Amino acid sequence: MKYTIDKKGFYGNFGGAFIPEMLHSNVTELQENYLGIMQEKSFQKEFRYLLKHYTGRPSPLYYAHRLSDKYHTNIYLKREDLNHTGAHKINNTIGQILMAKKLGKTRIIAETGAGQHGVATATVCALMGLECIVYMGEVDIERQKPNVFRMKMLGAEVRPATSGSKTLKDATNEAIRDWINNPLDTFYIIGSVVGPHPYPDMVARFQSVISEEMKQQMQELEGKPNPDRIIACVGGGSNAAGAYYHYLDDEDVELVSVEAGGEGIHSGRSAATSILGTEGIIHGSRTLLMQTEDGQIIEPHSISAGLDYPGIGPMHAHLIKSGRAQVLSIEDGEALEAALELSQLEGIIPALESSHALAALNYLELKENEISIICLSGRGDKDLQTYMKFMGNE
Amino acid sequence: MNRLKKVFENSKGKLLNIYFTAGYPRLDDTEVTLKALIEEGVDMIEIGMPYSDPMADGPTIQESSKIALDNGLTINTLFNQVESMAKNTNTPFILMGYLNQMMQFGVERFLDRCVECSIETLIIPDLPPDLYHEEYKSLFDEKGVSVVFLITPQTSKERIQYIDSISNSFIYVVSDSSITGKTKEISSEQQEYFQRIRDMKLNNPIMIGFGISDNKSFENAVAYADGAIIGSAFIKAIGNKKEDQSIVDVVRNFVNDIKG
Repeated sequence: MKYTIDKKGFYGNFGGAFIPEMLHSNVTELQENYLGIMQEKSFQKEFRYLLKHYTGRPSPLYYAHRLSDKYHTNIYLKREDLNHTGAHKINNTIGQILMAKKLGKTRIIAETGAGQHGVATATVCALMGLECIVYMGEVDIERQKPNVFRMKMLGAEVRPATSGSKTLKDATNEAIRDWINNPLDTFYIIGSVVGPHPYPDMVARFQSVISEEMKQQMQELEGKPNPDRIIACVGGGSNAAGAYYHYLDDEDVELVSVEAGGEGIHSGRSAATSILGTEGIIHGSRTLLMQTEDGQIIEPHSISAGLDYPGIGPMHAHLIKSGRAQVLSIEDGEALEAALELSQLEGIIPALESSHALAALNYLELKENEISIICLSGRGDKDLQTYMKFMGNE
Repeated sequence: MNRLKKVFENSKGKLLNIYFTAGYPRLDDTEVTLKALIEEGVDMIEIGMPYSDPMADGPTIQESSKIALDNGLTINTLFNQVESMAKNTNTPFILMGYLNQMMQFGVERFLDRCVECSIETLIIPDLPPDLYHEEYKSLFDEKGVSVVFLITPQTSKERIQYIDSISNSFIYVVSDSSITGKTKEISSEQQEYFQRIRDMKLNNPIMIGFGISDNKSFENAVAYADGAIIGSAFIKAIGNKKEDQSIVDVVRNFVNDIKG
């Protein structure tokens, strides 16, 4: 496995655990136990049971006829939007809450940007009867009211992050601080393939159910496990990590990572981390991030709150730098157009994040006999306000 | 011998280390604060390099960092502010910042600038000892700059011994597992923890930090250690400074209150 972590938690030059000593015992406990716990039969049994009967997996691999016709190629959609709570995020929170229980933790914390991971965490906490505290930037609380309410209705406490830019990266800082202050009873459920080792690997493994299913479904539908290409959006990169995971060493499968170009890569309002980013440390891991010459982290911009992160998971930094994955960046307006296109061609309203992956079709050379799978990471309910504004302005 | 070592060598105990954020509350207050701290006889001074995402710091220090950054403080400005003063004092300066800042500046270039500014000691809270050992120690040793590592109540005996073995300045004992800026009474658990560290008879001196804000908590801490570190309480004192008060006055009052 060329593209997975080494013994010390690095993907090539990226990853590791750059954490203050106050987190050492917690992170080490997890590093030493996560693989063993994940391999336990009782863990796998409960994880698989919940994925199937609670979340509704396997998610369909759907051949998008009209979309394929339009682009003169073959396009499948991996329907993560059909999961309970509306996105792939739940795959990971189910895995991590079971991990927390195995480690005897009683208090759950999480960070959230748009609120999707917060909702997925609040959901599994309700399911397991565990205390749940979600940190969310004050600015995001204001612009994502329905998700704030969902979390509250699910019994979680939403704590505003009032420091810094009051968005996702600050919510993450606050969650890390909470963990520092509560080193014994608390488990931190991180929402993406970011953070100190072992989080990127652990989250990727929980999300890898996506590509595990894709291989089987491709075999059934096409008589071969591998497509020619997989396209996924990347903020932190958890849906992409899951969609790529079992294909990483199959170098005949092209991997296309789609970042948020915001209002234009060089507009000053973008989240195109791999293009604008330089090597550094964010939230405990060495990766590519957007920062000033002086190493101050820059607040990114994307119309999609889920891609609005100044870093990128270390696995993706490695895939991109090693040339294994290709990167495209899609601007806000292009993502909106792609959302409208999918809605009207296939009757599926996608999340804005996933719409970035869809918009990439315009930039790829797609051959008629080729098969591309797009990871449709989430549904668009949460983005209706933005879509309404967009269509009203047309 | 470096200045920090001399301080410990000549110490009569109860060493006071005060942290402040460079460029706070105004950009050019760095020099004013440093000068006042030196004049008041503070034993060592920790200078914070303001960072956008200081995950090991509490809200007080984060807020002061944000103000300093808004004031336009850069690492270059900080070194320029500190340079002449560092050369004209025996009080050791310790620079505290995050690894990302040093990486962007260039670690070697950063160390060279430290040496030019007579800064011999760094605190880099997000650089774990084992990563330091593998990736950076030889470069730091070559430049003659040492790193202070933290230990907490959760740090195992073996790990404390390991940290002691790679340290060459002092060990920063985090009074409890928390971020900076909280104050509370020292509990019996904390006393046991301090005693446990003291009984290990480490090679390096120990300084206790986090949660120390007044004479009482200072005296409690120095009963178990070579000295104590105060950060957030000092930043708060500067932040609460009245219009007609000078930083010099605030520093004098604060240090007098701490020393009792």
